[in-house]
Amino acid sequence: MTQALTALRDTSVSHLAAIALTFALGAGIVFVAGHVQAAALHDAAHDMRHATGFPCH
Amino acid sequence: MLSRLLTGALLAGAAAGLVAAVLQLVLLQPLLIEAEAYEIASIPAAGGEAHGHGATEIAAGIDLARNGLTILFSILIYAGYALILTALMALAESRGHAVTARAGLLWGAAGFVAVQLAPAVSLGVALPGGAAADIAMRQVWWIACVAATGLGLWCLAFGASARAWGAAIVLVLGPHLIGAPQPESYWSAAPAELASVFAPRALGIGLFAWMVTGALAGYLRTRSETAAETRAA
Repeated sequence: MTQALTALRDTSVSHLAAIALTFALGAGIVFVAGHVQAAALHDAAHDMRHATGFPCH
Repeated sequence: MLSRLLTGALLAGAAAGLVAAVLQLVLLQPLLIEAEAYEIASIPAAGGEAHGHGATEIAAGIDLARNGLTILFSILIYAGYALILTALMALAESRGHAVTARAGLLWGAAGFVAVQLAPAVSLGVALPGGAAADIAMRQVWWIACVAATGLGLWCLAFGASARAWGAAIVLVLGPHLIGAPQPESYWSAAPAELASVFAPRALGIGLFAWMVTGALAGYLRTRSETAAETRAA
């Protein structure tokens, strides 16, 4: 019983961790591709930023 | 678990990003280039530098490197959107809400509302060469607006109480009542007619690409669930 409960908790924790990691990775990509103002990145992402409504310059 | 989440999201995002890039290059890029031509013409001194791409670069017809980067970044940004959407889908599933390709269409539309429509309501979808408030201020407002709208839509969809719906209204309307940073005065190098076609076109392409993202992410989640069940059986 205890073992089953521990297993359940572990699964749910690793499940939530995987969800959180996926979310964080996505948010990180959106931040870098959409918001970072470093010149090279801004120039490369410029047209995509205008097309998708990011504040660009 | 993690690899299934990542694989599904990256596949959905890459496909939607490619669709968005093709639509952008055909329907939006000509307007963008035309606006930049107005912007360059409006720069008085020869030393003036247009933002983004150098003036000489812009003048030369179809720019393969530039369009290649647009395709690359479109795929990248939609991969980012799909990762966020897939994570939230998995969270909803873990709370007993099934996600299918059909439901994915709604998920995609909600993502579009949170990430593209809501910021555009107060910040606008800008062509190059116009007045705008400080970039850092607008970015802070953009991030806050997207986060608040996203949370609001979650409350609307999954909160089954009057309190949750009240919170949803406050979260969705709040950023616009506070107001987005605006420039001190307005000016624009490109004609308003150009901007008035650009903005709805950009939003229309966004809605379509987001719904493709949602439907594919939803479909791949049902596939991966079935695969996991088959393996478990």
